[in-house]
Amino acid sequence: MSIKESSEAIFSESPGKIALRTLRRDKRSIISLAILGFVISISLLAPVYAHFIAHTNPFNSSLDALAHVGGKSVPVLEASTTGLGLGVTPIGPTWNPSSYFLGADGQGRDVMARLLYGGRNTLLIGTSAAIICIVLALLIGVIAGYRKGWVDAILSRLLDVIWAFPVYLLAISLSVVLLTSGLTVGFIHLGPGSFALPILIIGVVYIPYVARPIRAQVLTLREREFVRAAVGSGAKDSTIIFREILPNIIPSILVFVPIIIALCMLTESALSFLSIGVQPPSASWGTIINDGLALLYTRPWVGIAPGLLIVLTAASLNLYGDAVRDALDPKTRSRGDS
Amino acid sequence: MISFIGRRFSAMIFVLVSISILVFLIFFATPGVDPAARIAGRNADQQTLMQVRQSFELDKPLPIRYLSMMRHLFVDRDLTSYVNRGAKVIPQLSQAIPATFSLVIGAAVIWLLFGLIFGVLAASSKRKWLDPTISFLGIVGVSLPVFWLGEVVNLITQSKLHSSVFRWVPPLGYVGLSVDPWQWFLHLLFPWLTLAVLYAGIYVRVLRSEILVVMSEDFIKTERAKGASEKRILYKHAARMSLMTIVSLFGLDFGALVGGYALLTEVVFGIQGVGKLTFDSLQNFDLPVIMATVMYASFFVVFMNAVVDVLYAVLDPRVRRA
Repeated sequence: MSIKESSEAIFSESPGKIALRTLRRDKRSIISLAILGFVISISLLAPVYAHFIAHTNPFNSSLDALAHVGGKSVPVLEASTTGLGLGVTPIGPTWNPSSYFLGADGQGRDVMARLLYGGRNTLLIGTSAAIICIVLALLIGVIAGYRKGWVDAILSRLLDVIWAFPVYLLAISLSVVLLTSGLTVGFIHLGPGSFALPILIIGVVYIPYVARPIRAQVLTLREREFVRAAVGSGAKDSTIIFREILPNIIPSILVFVPIIIALCMLTESALSFLSIGVQPPSASWGTIINDGLALLYTRPWVGIAPGLLIVLTAASLNLYGDAVRDALDPKTRSRGDS
Repeated sequence: MISFIGRRFSAMIFVLVSISILVFLIFFATPGVDPAARIAGRNADQQTLMQVRQSFELDKPLPIRYLSMMRHLFVDRDLTSYVNRGAKVIPQLSQAIPATFSLVIGAAVIWLLFGLIFGVLAASSKRKWLDPTISFLGIVGVSLPVFWLGEVVNLITQSKLHSSVFRWVPPLGYVGLSVDPWQWFLHLLFPWLTLAVLYAGIYVRVLRSEILVVMSEDFIKTERAKGASEKRILYKHAARMSLMTIVSLFGLDFGALVGGYALLTEVVFGIQGVGKLTFDSLQNFDLPVIMATVMYASFFVVFMNAVVDVLYAVLDPRVRRA
C-alpha cells in the first residue's frame, strides 16, 4: 500500500485509474451514490411494502377502504366539511407505516405505496431514455464527425431540426399523437400504455444535446497526429474508430450519463404531470404530483412527497455528475492551486 | 462576413421548413394514427368520419394539404382552428404573446442578476464555505421540477398563509401591463421567481466553471506575472471571457422560453400564454393552432441561434471560415 501510494507509482497509473481514485475519495460522489442507492432500493421494494406492510393494492381505487389511525378504523374518504359538503376528501397522512402512511389520493389509494411504485417507473423511464439518447447520440456524433462530407451535412441538419424544435413541444406533440393509439411500425406494435413510448420520445428529444459536442470532439480528434498515423498506416475505419477515437470520447460520455438521466427523469415527470407520460393506473412521480394538484389545499402531502423525491434524486445525479467531471478534468477541479 | 450571414440565413429557412413538415407528418402520417378519428371524437360512426374527412380536407393527398395549410398560415393569414370552427389562429396566438413575454423577461432579469453575482462569487470568493454552498444551491436549482415548485409556491402563498403574510398576493392569472401595471407586477412576481430558479441554477454553474477554466489558461499566468491585481484579472479577463458563453446561452434560453418553453410555469400559474395555448390545442388535437405556435416557437429558437452564431463570428474571425 505504502509503495503504491508513493509518487512514482501514481505517475505510472493510467488516467482512468487516477480519475477513479479521485472519484472514490470525493465526498460528493459518496453522498450522492448513497442517496441514489437508498432511492433505488426503496423503489425496488415497492411490492414488498404494498403486500406485506400496507396490505393494499395501489392500482385499484378503493373508495370504501378503511385506514387505521391510533387503533381506530376510519374511512379513507371523508365527506367534505367545507363548501356544500358534496365532495369527498381523502384521509391525510396517518404517519403509520402499515396504513396510509402519507394518506390516500382522490380514489382512496395508498399514496405511499403509489409513491414507491411510481419511483420504479420514473427511474426506469429516465434511465432507459438516457441510455437510448446517449447510444444514438454516440452513433450519430461519431459517424458525422468521422465521415464528414455529405453524411455529416445530413446528420448535422437533422440535429439542427430536432435542436430547434422546443423539447417540450416535440415531446408533447409526439406523446399526444402516440398515447391514444400507440405506435405501429411494420409488425411491431407499441400499445398506448406502453412505457416504451415515453422512453423513446424522451430519448430522442435530447439526442442533439449529446450528439453535437461528440461530433465536434470527433472532428478535432480526427485531425490529431495519432489518428492520422493510424490512417497513414492503413488501419481500417472500424479499427480507428474503436481503438483511437472511442477511447478518447469515453470521458465526456461518462460526464453526460448522470446529467442526462436527471434531465430525462425531470422530463418524464413533466410529461406525466401534463398527463401525457405514464398512463393510469400506472404511477410515476409526475402522475402523483398531478393527482395532488386537485388536493393541493386540503391534502398537500400527495403533491409534495413525489416532488421531494424527484429533487433528491435529480440533485444526487447532478452532484455525482459534477464529481465525475472534476475527477476526469482536473482543470475545473478546484481553484487556488494555480 | 456577408457570405457567412447568407449561409446562416439559408440554414435557418431550411430548419424552419423542416420543422413545419415534421409537425405535419407527426400529426397526419404517424403509422396507426387516424386524425379524422381524433377530430371526430370517441365512438364516431363511419358517416361522421367521412364528413370529418371531407370538411377538414383529410381526403386530399398529404403534400397538397401541407401546402394549403402553409398558404393559409403565412400568405393569407386566415388559418382557422379545427375545434372552434371559424376562429382564426393568428389572433389567438398574438393575444397570448404579451403574457409570455412579460413572464420570460421578468424572470430573465432575476436569473441573470442572481446567476452572474453568485457565479462570480462562487469562482472567486476567498471564503471557504461560499463556493460549496453556492454550488449546492445551484444543483438544487437545476434539479427542481418547475411545475412542482410552482405548486409549492401556490400552496404557500394561496393557502393558509394567504390570510396573513401573503394577503397581498392576488389570485392566479394574468393582468396585462397596460391594464394595471401594479397588478401586472403582483400577478407575475411569484411566477417570475419560480421560473428564474432553474435558470439561475444553470447560469451559476456554467459561469463558475467557465471562470475556473479561463483562470487556468496561460494568458492569466502572464497577467499575474506582469503583476496585475487579482481583482483586475477576475473582472477584466476571466469574467469577460466567460461572458461569451453566458451571452450565447442566454440567447438560446430566451428564444426557447419566449417560444413556449415556459409552458409548465404558465400551466401551474394559470397564465394564458403561448405555452398554455399550445398545450390546450394539443389536447384538443387542434392542429392549425399547434402548427402556428410551433412555427412561432421554432422561429425564436432558430433566430436566436443564428444571432448567437453571427455574434460569435463578429467576435471571433476563426468561426467565419468553419
